[in-house]
Amino acid sequence: MPSITKPLIPLSPLPKNDLGLTIRDYEGQMSTLCAGCGHDSVTAAIVHAFWELSTPPHMIAKLSGIGCSSKTPTYFVRGAHGFNSAHGRMVPIATGAIAANRELTYIGISGDGDSLSIGLGHLMHGIRRNVKLVYVIENNGVYGLTKGQMSASADIGSRPKKGEANVLAPIDPVTTALSLGATFIARSFSGDKEQLVPILKAAIAHNGFALIDVISPCVTFNDHEGSTKSYKFMRDHEVKEVETDFVPIRTEIRAKIPTDGAIEVTMHDGSSVRFRSVPEGYDPHDRMKVEEYIRDRQSRGEIVTGLLYVDESAKELHELNATPASALAKIPYASLCPGSAVLASMQEDFR
Amino acid sequence: MEPTNDQDPSYYHKVVDCQWACPAHTNVPGYIRMIAQGQFDDAYMLNRESNVFPGILGRTCDRPCEPACRRDRVDGQPVAICRLKRVASDLKGDISDRLPVIPSKKNGKRIACIGSGPSSLTVANDLLPLGYEVVMFEQFGKPGGLMRTNIPEFRLPDKVLEDETQVILDMGVDVRYNTPVTSLRALLAEGFDSIFVGVGAPRGKELDIPGRHDEVDSHIFIGIDWLESVAFGHVSSIGSRVLIVGVGNTAMDCCRSSRRLGGTDIKVMARRPREYFKASPWELDDAEEEGVGIIVNHAPKRFVIEDGKLIGMEFDVLDWDPGAKQSTVLRTVIIPCDDVILAIGQENAFPWIERDLGLEFGDWDMPVVDKATMQSTLAGVFFGGDAAWGPKNIIWAVAHGHEAAISINNHCSDVDLNDRPPQGMNLVSQKMGMSEWSYHNDYNPSPRQKMSHVELTKRFESLDLEVELGFSLEQTVHEVQRCLNCDVETAFNAPACIECDACIDICPVQCLTITSNGDEADLRSRLSAPALNLDQDLYVSAPLPQTGRVMVKDENVCVHCGLCAERCPTAAWDMELFDLQIPYAASANFIRIGAMSPSGASRS
Ligand SMILES: Cc1cc2nc3c(=O)[nH]c(=O)nc-3n(C[C@H](O)[C@H](O)[C@H](O)COP(=O)(O)OP(=O)(O)OC[C@H]3O[C@@H](n4cnc5c(N)ncnc54)[C@H](O)[C@@H]3O)c2cc1C
Ligand SMILES: Cc1ncc(C[n+]2csc(CCOP(=O)(O)OP(=O)(O)O)c2C)c(N)n1
Ligand code: SF4
Ligand code: SF4
Ligand code: SF4
Ligand SMILES: [Mg+2]
Repeated sequence: MPSITKPLIPLSPLPKNDLGLTIRDYEGQMSTLCAGCGHDSVTAAIVHAFWELSTPPHMIAKLSGIGCSSKTPTYFVRGAHGFNSAHGRMVPIATGAIAANRELTYIGISGDGDSLSIGLGHLMHGIRRNVKLVYVIENNGVYGLTKGQMSASADIGSRPKKGEANVLAPIDPVTTALSLGATFIARSFSGDKEQLVPILKAAIAHNGFALIDVISPCVTFNDHEGSTKSYKFMRDHEVKEVETDFVPIRTEIRAKIPTDGAIEVTMHDGSSVRFRSVPEGYDPHDRMKVEEYIRDRQSRGEIVTGLLYVDESAKELHELNATPASALAKIPYASLCPGSAVLASMQEDFR
Repeated sequence: MEPTNDQDPSYYHKVVDCQWACPAHTNVPGYIRMIAQGQFDDAYMLNRESNVFPGILGRTCDRPCEPACRRDRVDGQPVAICRLKRVASDLKGDISDRLPVIPSKKNGKRIACIGSGPSSLTVANDLLPLGYEVVMFEQFGKPGGLMRTNIPEFRLPDKVLEDETQVILDMGVDVRYNTPVTSLRALLAEGFDSIFVGVGAPRGKELDIPGRHDEVDSHIFIGIDWLESVAFGHVSSIGSRVLIVGVGNTAMDCCRSSRRLGGTDIKVMARRPREYFKASPWELDDAEEEGVGIIVNHAPKRFVIEDGKLIGMEFDVLDWDPGAKQSTVLRTVIIPCDDVILAIGQENAFPWIERDLGLEFGDWDMPVVDKATMQSTLAGVFFGGDAAWGPKNIIWAVAHGHEAAISINNHCSDVDLNDRPPQGMNLVSQKMGMSEWSYHNDYNPSPRQKMSHVELTKRFESLDLEVELGFSLEQTVHEVQRCLNCDVETAFNAPACIECDACIDICPVQCLTITSNGDEADLRSRLSAPALNLDQDLYVSAPLPQTGRVMVKDENVCVHCGLCAERCPTAAWDMELFDLQIPYAASANFIRIGAMSPSGASRS
C-alpha cells in the first residue's frame, strides 16, 4: 500500500470531458492491492472509460462480491453509489438495484473465484435475465485474497507457485456465457488498455448483460514461470484478431470512418461498435461460429481476446417484464404498492 | 528515439531545474532538505561549496533558479529558494572548523587578482587551499567590489558582507588596498604565474543631452558613482525631489537610497512600458511600497538649468507601439526636481591595459575571452565577473571565478586548459522499506511564503536598517516542504519491467507512458498527457522485455512523489538521489587521478 495518497497537482495540464471533469475526478481511494496487480490496471481502464464517456459519477452504481478484485470498486469513481455484497452474491443484489432504479449505469466487479466457484449459479441467472449490468471478471486463475489457491478458471497443467499442477478442467466464462445465451461477450487483458477501454465503453452502452472476462495477473501468487495467467504467458499467447472501435453517439467524424468490409453494430443508445478486423468468415452475431472459432484457437493454446459476440436485438430485464419507463424508485409509493385490495383483485383474476 | 543515456550526469542534472539554471549549480534541493532537518551548518556549507557567498546571495541573488523551479509549473509559484538560502546563513553556527585547510607549505605559484569583487574572491577561495599565494589589488580601502560599493546596506547588511569576504581573506590573501592597477605591463613584469582580472564594469553610462554640463553646482549624478559615495559616507543627503533616469536594478537602489537620505518625492523615469523593465519584479515592488513613483514612456530631452542651477528635466512623452517596437512623441513635459541620478547602465573600461601586450580586444572594445577557459589571448591572463563579458551579477561572477581557478591551476601545472575535470554523479537508492523513503515524498500544497518587511514608518530611520526580516521558523517549515526534491530522481531499469502498467496508472500527473517508440515529435503527441513543454526532456527507455515497447517519461511536471516506484512490483522504477559532482580547482588533481572510469559516472 502506498505511503501517501495520490496528490492533486493544481497545474498538471489534464484535459476535461464534456462535464468539465478531469480524469482525476473519476478516481477513487488509493488501492491497497499488491503493487503490480492486474486488477489496478482494470480499475484504471474503468476510470478512463467513464471519464471518456462523460458519465456523471452520481449516475453510476458499482457492485462487487468478495476478493481482491471485488475490493476494487473502492478505487474508482469516488462519487458513485456502491455496494460490496457477500462472496458470489453480487448478481442478486445488482438485479434488485437494477429492478428498482433503471436510470443508473451499473457496473459489477468480480473475480474468477467469486464468479466461477461460489457465485456461478447467480452469474448464470444474471445472464439468463439479461440484466443491464456491465459484469467484469478480473480473472487471475487464483483466489488472490485467500493467498493464491487455484480457482475454477485455472487451466489443466497450470502450476501454482508451490505444489502440484492443476488437474481439473477449467470453467471458461466466455464459452459458458455463449452457451447460456449471453448477449455481449468479450475477453481482454489488464495489460492492454487500448483494447479494454473501448470494450468497456461498448459494454456500458450495451442493452443487457455485458460480460467481460479480463485476464488480470496476480503478481503475488500467479505470475511465475509455469502459470497460464501471467503477464508473460498472456503476451506470448494472446491472439487479437477481433478488433473493435467504440464510436460514441455524438461523433461527427463518424461519416469519415471507412466502413468497407467492416461490421458495424448500432447500440441501443445510438452509439456504435465497429469491428475493424475480424478473421475470415467471422461473424460476431453468430453464436455457433464464435464458439467454434474460440475453441479452435483454444486447442492450439491460444487465447482469443476482443469483443467476441454481441446481440443488440435481445430484450433486457425491464423490457422482458414490461416495467414502466421511469425508475420504479421514482414512482410514488401509493401507485407502486396500491394496497391489499388491488392485490386481492389481481389474485382473483388468476383463480 | 534513442534510449536516454542516463549515465551522462547532465540528464539527471537537467531534471533538477534550479540547479541546472544556477550558474554555479548550487545543490538547492540538497540544502533545502538539510534546512528541513535543522542542519543549518550543513546547509550553509553545501551552499558555500558552489556559491561561496550564501549569506550575501541569500539576500541579493538574481535567482535564475526561481523562474526555472518545477514548483512554478506545478502550482504557479516557485520555491523561495533564495530566502531559504538566507535561513541557512542566518541560523548557522560557527563553521570555521569546516572551512578548507590552507597548507602552510606553499606550492610556489603566485597569482595576482585585480579587484576584490566576488569573482576575484572566488578565485582566491579556490586556489588558496591548493597552496597558491594570492595577491589581491583593490583600488578602494575595503573588499567586496560592487557588493560593498553599490549594493545598499538596507539590502545587504555590512556584517554579512564583512563575514563572508573576511573568511576568504583570512585564508591568507595578500590584499593591497588603495592600490589601483594602472598598468598591466608593469604587473606582468612582476612575474606572477597567472593574473586574474576581476575589475568589474566600473563606468556608469553618461547621458549627453542639452544642459548636462551647464550646472555650477553638481546636482546630476552617475548612479553607481553616487551609490559608491553613499557607501563610503561621502554623501549623506539629497534634495527632496529626485528623478532617477533608468529603470534597471541600479535605479532601484538609487531611488530607495534617496528615500533614506531626505528624498520625499522620488520618481523613476522609464523610457519604455513596464514589460521592458530590466529591474527584477521584487525590486520594483519594494520601491513602489516605499512610495517611489514609476513613470513610464518618458524619454529624457534636456536638463532645465536656470542661472547655473538644475531646476528640472524635460521629457518627451511617448506612445509605444509594442508590436512595431516603435514610439511616437505625444508632447513634452518639464518635471521639476532638485537632483537627478543617471542609472542607465554600466560599461567596461580598461584604460590600464596597454594594447600592445598581445591581449586582443574585440567588439565594443572588450577583451577577447574564451567562454570555457576564461583566458584572454595573452596566456596566463584570465578574466571573470563583469570584466569578462559586461555586467551580469554576483552568482555569474562566482561561476566565472570557479572556472578561472581551474584554468589557472591547469596553467600553473602545465596542463592544457581544455583538459578540464569532468562533471560526475552519484546515484543512491532512497528506498528504506516497502513504501518508505529517506526523503519526504508527500506533496505539500502550501502556497509560497511571503517575506515580511520592517514597517514603513521605521524603515527610513537609517540607511543601514535591513528591510527584509527573513523567514520565521513557521514560514521556513512550510517553504522547505514546497520543494519537490527534484534531485530524488526516477531511475528506470528496463529489463526488470513486466509492463503491468502500475506506474502509469498511479502517476498523479500522467507523465509516464508505455508505447511503441517513435521520433520525438510523434512520441510527444502520443503520451498519457501531451508533452507540450519542449524545454523539458523525454526519458525513453531501452525496449521492454515482453513487448519491445518503450517506457517514456515526460520530465515536465513529475512531482517526484515516488508513487511509481512504490507501485512497481519489480523495482524497475527506483527513487535515487542524484548528487552532481561539480569539479573545482581543488578537486582537479584528485579527479584526474581517478579519471579511469570513462563516463565519470558511478551508479550505486
Ligand atoms: C547598484 C547595483 C546593484 C546591484 N545589485 C545586485 C544584486 O542585488 N544582486 C546581484 O547578483 N548583483 C547585483 N549587482 C551586480 C553585481 O554587483 C556585479 O555583477 C558583481 O559585483 C560583479 O563582480 P566582479 O567580481 O566582476 O566585480 P566588482 O564587484 O565590480 O568588483 C570589481 C572590483 O575591482 C576594483 N577595481 C576596478 N578596477 C581596478 C583596478 N584597475 N585596480 C584595482 N582594483 C580595481 C573595484 O574597486 C571593485 O572593488 C548590482 C550592481 C549594481 C551596480
Ligand atoms: C462465503 C465465503 N466463502 C469463502 C470466503 C473466502 N474467500 C474470500 S475471497 C475468496 C476467493 C476470491 O477469489 P477471486 O474472486 O478470484 O478474487 P481475487 O482475490 O483472485 O481477485 C474466498 C474463497 C468468503 N469470504 N466468503
Ligand atoms: S494477492 Fe494477487 S490478486 Fe490480490 S492484490 Fe495481490 S496481486 Fe492482486
Ligand atoms: S522544487 Fe525544489 S528541487 Fe525542484 S526546482 Fe524547485 S527548488 Fe529545485
Ligand atoms: S515520481 Fe513517479 S509517480 Fe510521481 S510524478 Fe514522478 S513519475 Fe509520476
Ligand atoms: Mg481470482
